[in-house]
Amino acid sequence: MTIDLKTIKHISKLARISINDEKAKKLESDLNSIFKFIEKLNKLDTDKVEPLTSIAETTLKLRSDEVKSKNIREQILKNSPEKNKDFFVVPKVIE
Amino acid sequence: MKDIVSQNLSDLLNNIKEKKISSEEVTKAFIERSEKSKTLNCYVTDNFESALKDSKKFDNNPDFSLKLSGIPIAVKDLFCTQGVKTTAGSKILNNFIPTYESTVTQNLWNEGAILLGKLNCDEFAMGSSNETSFFGNVQSPIDKNLVPGGSSGGSASALAANLTPITIGTDTGGSIRQPASFTGTVGLKPTYGSCSRYGIVAFASSLDQAGPMAKNVKDCSLLYEVISSYDSKDSTSIEFKRNNYSELLSNNIKGKKIGIPKEYRVDEMPKEIEDLWIKGIDYIKDCGAEIIDISLPHTQYALPTYYIVAPAEASSNLARYDGVKYGFRSEGNNLIDMYEKTRSEGFGNEVKRRIMIGTYVLSSGYYDAYYLKAQKVRKLIKNDFDEAYKKVDAILTPSTPSSAFKIGEKTNDPVSMYLNDVFTVPVNLAGLPGISIPAGLDKKGYPLGLQIIGKAFDEQNILNIAYAMEERINFKNNIKEWWIK
Repeated sequence: MTIDLKTIKHISKLARISINDEKAKKLESDLNSIFKFIEKLNKLDTDKVEPLTSIAETTLKLRSDEVKSKNIREQILKNSPEKNKDFFVVPKVIE
Repeated sequence: MKDIVSQNLSDLLNNIKEKKISSEEVTKAFIERSEKSKTLNCYVTDNFESALKDSKKFDNNPDFSLKLSGIPIAVKDLFCTQGVKTTAGSKILNNFIPTYESTVTQNLWNEGAILLGKLNCDEFAMGSSNETSFFGNVQSPIDKNLVPGGSSGGSASALAANLTPITIGTDTGGSIRQPASFTGTVGLKPTYGSCSRYGIVAFASSLDQAGPMAKNVKDCSLLYEVISSYDSKDSTSIEFKRNNYSELLSNNIKGKKIGIPKEYRVDEMPKEIEDLWIKGIDYIKDCGAEIIDISLPHTQYALPTYYIVAPAEASSNLARYDGVKYGFRSEGNNLIDMYEKTRSEGFGNEVKRRIMIGTYVLSSGYYDAYYLKAQKVRKLIKNDFDEAYKKVDAILTPSTPSSAFKIGEKTNDPVSMYLNDVFTVPVNLAGLPGISIPAGLDKKGYPLGLQIIGKAFDEQNILNIAYAMEERINFKNNIKEWWIK
């Protein structure tokens, strides 16, 4: 199968990455050559194979949910592109 | 006594412990060398001032019982370091200062090591040549036109150029072993779950592992035993018996069974690599180990599988970079517009390409055809290794299908760049440990590496095999210091 420009634009919306037409064309050609390479997998019959979902075949451990890092609000907010008192600021969402 | 910066870790530790040199002298020497080596572009951020203070502090109250007493070390800029900028080689994290420390680097400081600085890498560790970094490409000390490999390219280059005595990298599809091979150094990708992923900027969570890089197998073993630990902060960290790998290191590999997988004889492989492999087989026999031909029939499907699984996981992991809580932000007309512009301007081309692949293979209607299919093939690849390990104790292969390539040579052809990882990627998919050791030089004088792949949690065994081979190979790197001004 081939990936067309319309699909590229759709994926870029899903991925929240804006791309211009020139970049989209380049991505179209790159992704098609990568998927041509990936499609080799279709030669394999995997109907009876269980998917590998976790490499470490152990059940995930449980631990109590405790606060361990305290009083780091200031440091965390310092990394924010825009803040107001104790809040992160984003462009207006509701009109 | 040898010049400080050309001493290996064991020599430096002995000299510090016997008080022949101080931590401050060692730290100063590596700082001076690093300052004279800016051309290589190894560092993204230096920590020289603090490192000097830390070394003086160590000397005033030295603890020689520690495993890395007073040793300065520069690390890949993918490890979060508290209070020290951590960029992952990306514009989007260009101003990010972590409020916490990665477990692996904390393990280093707990054993007396001192942070020299943060080393360049491919953006979010996505690359095989260190050319995708926002901070520019890294040059190899081997030759100014050569890539050092990637993604741990800054680490490999800094180590080979004597800017740091040891270093750590991360390996998702070969990012420790390939640059180690390209620069004539030793690099270990541990078993998945051995080193904590806590505080490492995530790329593909089911494949990422941190690991040691060093100038010889003994140093590599010591560094591995320092960084490997069970960590409740990483839900896939595994509890198993961790050894003092460097103390138990032995060159006696008599009677060990070493597998040679026929599928690794790929079509385009240069004769020099084939010859190197044969030489490696001879060394193994020479050590009294037994060579057994094996088959890993699904090897050819490893790269296509990897290029579904890794981008899929990356697209999820990198969804967090939205310009809100940290990192770069580009202003937009509304929230969605801000997200789209931030991510478009903040990520480089290779990262965007992989996010797009990942988003596509996980999108509605394509999940079964790609992601589920890849997980099934991943199972077949793991089964291949499980079958092989019924007959052998370890597997010997070349580390890469060629020696280092030229800067710019593969940047326009993503698939040819991806093919570079053909021998390393299956190891990550199966969660196994693999080590690359320098094994010779090609006609051009560029290093070539051999890879030893082990059973899960059998690091001691592959370190021993590497140690025995290292003795026989007696590798000498050919570095002419062209960059020193």
